[in-house]
Amino acid sequence: MAERLLDVKGLKVRFATEDGTVHAVDGVDFELDRGKVLGIVGESGSGKSVTALTILGLTRDRNTRFEGEVDYKGQNLLQMSESRLRDVRGNEIAMIFQDPMTSLNPVYNVGDQIVEAIMTHEGTTKKDARRRAVELLRQVGIPNAQQRASDYPHQFSGGMRQRAMIAMALSCNPDVLIADEPTTALDVTIQAQILELLDNLRADFDSSVILITHDLGVVAEVADEIIVMYAGRVVERGSKRDVFYDPQHPYTWGLLGSIPRLDRPKPKKLHSIEGTPPSLINLPRGCKFRPRCPHAFDKCQEEPELKNRVESAGHLDRCWLSVDEKRGVRDRTISGEARDVA
Amino acid sequence: MSENLNGGPLVEVQHLKKYFPIRKGVLSREVARVHAVDDVTVGVAEGETLGLVGESGCGKSTLGRCIVRLLEPTAGEVVFEGRQIGKLGARSLRPLRRQMQMIFQDPYASLNPRKRVGTIIGDPMRIHGIGDRKERKEAVEELLEKVGLSPEHYNRFPHEFSGGQRQRIGVARALALRPKLIVADEPVSALDVSIQAQMVNLLEELQDEFRLTYVFIAHDLGVVRHVSDRIAVMYLGKLVELSPAEELYTRPIMPYTEALLSAVPIPDPDLAEARERIVLEGDVPSPINPPSGCRFHPRCRYATDICSEVEPPLVDYGNEHFAACHHPLNVDKATLARVEASQKYTPEAADEGALPEDPGREKSQPVPRRDSSETPHP
Repeated sequence: MAERLLDVKGLKVRFATEDGTVHAVDGVDFELDRGKVLGIVGESGSGKSVTALTILGLTRDRNTRFEGEVDYKGQNLLQMSESRLRDVRGNEIAMIFQDPMTSLNPVYNVGDQIVEAIMTHEGTTKKDARRRAVELLRQVGIPNAQQRASDYPHQFSGGMRQRAMIAMALSCNPDVLIADEPTTALDVTIQAQILELLDNLRADFDSSVILITHDLGVVAEVADEIIVMYAGRVVERGSKRDVFYDPQHPYTWGLLGSIPRLDRPKPKKLHSIEGTPPSLINLPRGCKFRPRCPHAFDKCQEEPELKNRVESAGHLDRCWLSVDEKRGVRDRTISGEARDVA
Repeated sequence: MSENLNGGPLVEVQHLKKYFPIRKGVLSREVARVHAVDDVTVGVAEGETLGLVGESGCGKSTLGRCIVRLLEPTAGEVVFEGRQIGKLGARSLRPLRRQMQMIFQDPYASLNPRKRVGTIIGDPMRIHGIGDRKERKEAVEELLEKVGLSPEHYNRFPHEFSGGQRQRIGVARALALRPKLIVADEPVSALDVSIQAQMVNLLEELQDEFRLTYVFIAHDLGVVRHVSDRIAVMYLGKLVELSPAEELYTRPIMPYTEALLSAVPIPDPDLAEARERIVLEGDVPSPINPPSGCRFHPRCRYATDICSEVEPPLVDYGNEHFAACHHPLNVDKATLARVEASQKYTPEAADEGALPEDPGREKSQPVPRRDSSETPHP
């Protein structure tokens, strides 16, 4: 068995605000083994970024309440002291953010920012750190790395900035790399480059990756396991093949259906999920997807638990429909041909 | 206004150029120019949707803004309903503004946070002196319903809405003057996937209802294929391929289009694994000093000497499919022979990967495509 790096159990994150309590993450469980890529898919407000930030302890605040456990190599990161966490953060678990422009410091050159990360965690001399930084920039495919290391972020293009962010994240050979929408701000051609880079780096550095995205196309390319989140909950979880070829939750169907596909004939109308995601302050009763679900029935007033309902062992979902009922309506729902109630 | 009697396009740009000067020093002397749009000719027929795609910095937004005359072209002409409007001043443009409107990308930045929804949508009508206060309010309420919001939202502020709802407000504002042409600049790229689909469907319904003509600017090739009748591909300010929508996906001629299509992730693990992905090296070069010859040649895997020396002209490959390339893909010998410009440079083997000249409406699926890397381009 592969080494288990992360084990997240019953994670809940709540923020107390003036308007009420925001249930940002409401029961998330997953495990991450060495060398694996876990894809977390969901829309804005589904809690995917908060989950990632919480793993790194970046949501700690007076108004935040946590429940559950984030087990990293046997230690609970939620209980860890801030100073201990600083050693883990960046060193063992690193993060790449969505917007490479705002996550790099505009007044330091790119090389210095990587040097800082190396020196903080490894205590090497500045000269060695600089050499290492240039080497990393070369590894992530920055041409003329030696000279470009002295450039400032504004002299880099979007794709190069994201590469620099990845170089920085890799500077301490992290075991876990969390990439929060790493390609959303980039063109498709650059996205393809970055995805290929992430895939190669996983092989070279033997890191595990948590890839957070709203784009199912991106996870189809690189993920091993997929978690689909909705309103702070995991609604479906399984291997890549499970989720793409035997999706069990109507929300997953909706996501699959609403992508205009280049590999299929063009449909007359795109399937869309009606309505908008619920407010995280006033969550609907029962299944959180119920108000938008075309297949909702009486039982959905109660919340279904996340459990295995199909033959494939690791494939879990949160839906009351029976497997047969689902098979009957699924394809039509994904292709958008019918909107009738099951 | 009358129908277009000559049957010409509703709007057309002819040899349009837009350069932005870079000025430096005390005297603000021009030291360089950004060649944002460089000699583009394209027309949009009434009721048609023209998709405009390309990487960031390729000039697609600048072209869109020139079409609605938010920018004045450096050279070339914009023709709207047979009338040259490229050089018109602000005053003479004002009546034309009713005919063409714009939808912007960022639904957060494009609505004034201090104005109520009713004012935001009603202002275009007030400025153009349409109706009295009561009529305008009724019109706005009707528009709100048309775009899937509720008339009760009239007195709310933009911050009370989600991104998708705000974009609907932007659409209602664009519709307020019943324009003929709407230039939509990345109208869905800031929205979540499920909301994106709602928006795309809404835009299509409105097009049918109001006989709208769209210029749809986007970098998402899936969305563009879904909404467009024809698609124009831009690269570094140049129009490099123009084709009926479906044909572009089954039979790209320009290698840049091929690479762009192959970079789109497919939400299907098996297909994603099976296909050959062309990863373009490097970034888009600077539009201040664009490469010589074909602007794509430094990143093109088929490039030869000729590509860096001679700029390929935009050639008609039949079936309204145009492309500017010395080494066209997916073109059969008969067409190559007819198209003299590329004949000289295209190798014998070009025929192998080619589809028949007019593949008709029912096409094979574009992915996994025949591996065109096997077609040697010396």
